[in-house]
Amino acid sequence: MPVDPAATGAAAASPAGRAPAMQHRITLTINGTRRQMEVAPWTTLLDLLREEMELTGTKKGCDHGQCGACTVLLNGQRINSCLALAVTKDGAEVLTVEGLAAADGTLHPMQAAFVEHDAFQCGYCTPGQICSAVGLLKEGHARSAEEIRELMSGNLCRCGAYPNIVAAIEQAMQQAGVAAR
Amino acid sequence: MNRFSYSRPGAVSEAVRAVQAEAGAKFIAGGTNLVDLMKYDVERPRRLVDVGALPGLDRIEEQAGGLRIGALVTNSALAYDPRIQERYPLLSRAVLSGASPQLRNAATTGGNLLQRTRCYYFYDTGTPCNKREPGTGCPAVNGVNRIHAILGTSEHCIATHPSDMCVALAALEASVEVTGPGGDRRIALADFHRLPGDQPERDSTLGADEIVTAVQLPPKGFPANYTYLKLRDRQSYAFALVSVAAALEMDGGSIREARLALGGVAHKPWRDPQAEALLRGRPATREAFAEAAALVLKDARGYGGNTFKIELARRAIIRALSQAAAGTPQPIADKHIA
Repeated sequence: MPVDPAATGAAAASPAGRAPAMQHRITLTINGTRRQMEVAPWTTLLDLLREEMELTGTKKGCDHGQCGACTVLLNGQRINSCLALAVTKDGAEVLTVEGLAAADGTLHPMQAAFVEHDAFQCGYCTPGQICSAVGLLKEGHARSAEEIRELMSGNLCRCGAYPNIVAAIEQAMQQAGVAAR
Repeated sequence: MNRFSYSRPGAVSEAVRAVQAEAGAKFIAGGTNLVDLMKYDVERPRRLVDVGALPGLDRIEEQAGGLRIGALVTNSALAYDPRIQERYPLLSRAVLSGASPQLRNAATTGGNLLQRTRCYYFYDTGTPCNKREPGTGCPAVNGVNRIHAILGTSEHCIATHPSDMCVALAALEASVEVTGPGGDRRIALADFHRLPGDQPERDSTLGADEIVTAVQLPPKGFPANYTYLKLRDRQSYAFALVSVAAALEMDGGSIREARLALGGVAHKPWRDPQAEALLRGRPATREAFAEAAALVLKDARGYGGNTFKIELARRAIIRALSQAAAGTPQPIADKHIA
């Protein structure tokens, strides 16, 4: 739907530090809950989730699309939320690490596999790793450990937990019935 | 990030008018490069015109024996499309060797064409840069230039074009459909990106108020004898130091048709028609490949930090042509260095 910000166009010149007047109304379905909100056009999806929705599971690492800590699923596809302007995602479904477990608290199979394989050390990259791995599984292009490594290269782990991350994803893949090749 | 206004027109013509109407207005689609540049203050648009949801531009369609790729087809959708994988595997491989899965899910075909250089000085607003601020100088020429160009440079700019997709498109002789206030036109990929000369601020020949609507692939896809060889500082999720798209049509042991394009070495995907002509009709031997490589690199110039690229490119061309001739492209997940 076309958006006309002409009515609030003057706000572009408002001094930094003031509450931004130029807001756009958008609708997002976040972890299954439909929410309407007002966003400034320069708000990234990452900042919206963390600062306004209080969903701090999604992490800000580099804030430049280089580390993958901010990975979420947008309409089922993994993306870097730090490089997505929230206003451009009007109408989308967003799934964050907080939305993966079942309502009764049962972990998502990928989360359970990460716990079982001790696939982390400090844990900072973990929400991004898990969301990325869920996206990877859904895409269905990885069949071997080698391909998992290649298709998880957008998620850096400074602790170097990579071998256990790959093992966890392999297990989740087997559970999901993906045949190795 | 600077403050800017935002609008989301419902049609291409409206979007073009919106950008034409306001100085400093820019198109945004996937945003993976533009938002990053805005965070560094390298780009400071006054308005973003969101074309990311325009109808009809996210399809891949049959056209004149080839394929027409809509500008909003994401890099992932392009690379995994069965028609692309079967008929243009070189393009699929090149796209999958770039960025990360997350970025490829967001980045579009049109945006990939228009992504900007990753030159350190271009990104650093604390330093001069002729591309960012014309006339201020180029610190890369005598500075840190490991990732910079060795072909087609000028004293004003030695930046490279960072795309992998465009290198394959150059080898495939694709063309770009654009539209603007003056109507539609078609630009050969070879003429879409430009050399820096004395106007390094201009990456392409696209007008400021024109928009890319599609990329056209001609029928010939070289599905049997091709490779995309990408050499970089780490084995995935890094820009090319040197990449080579090689596509051959074989007649027994001889080369009937040859396409060769290099990435990471110039301000545009680098093709050399003379080197391709030299290969045509020749037996596919290492000697022929070495002659072609020497021809491509005869005017190459190193700037210190990037001088290694000349020898790297020579070897990469020979290896890529050998793989293409043998019909043994190297899978992206295979990190073995022969």
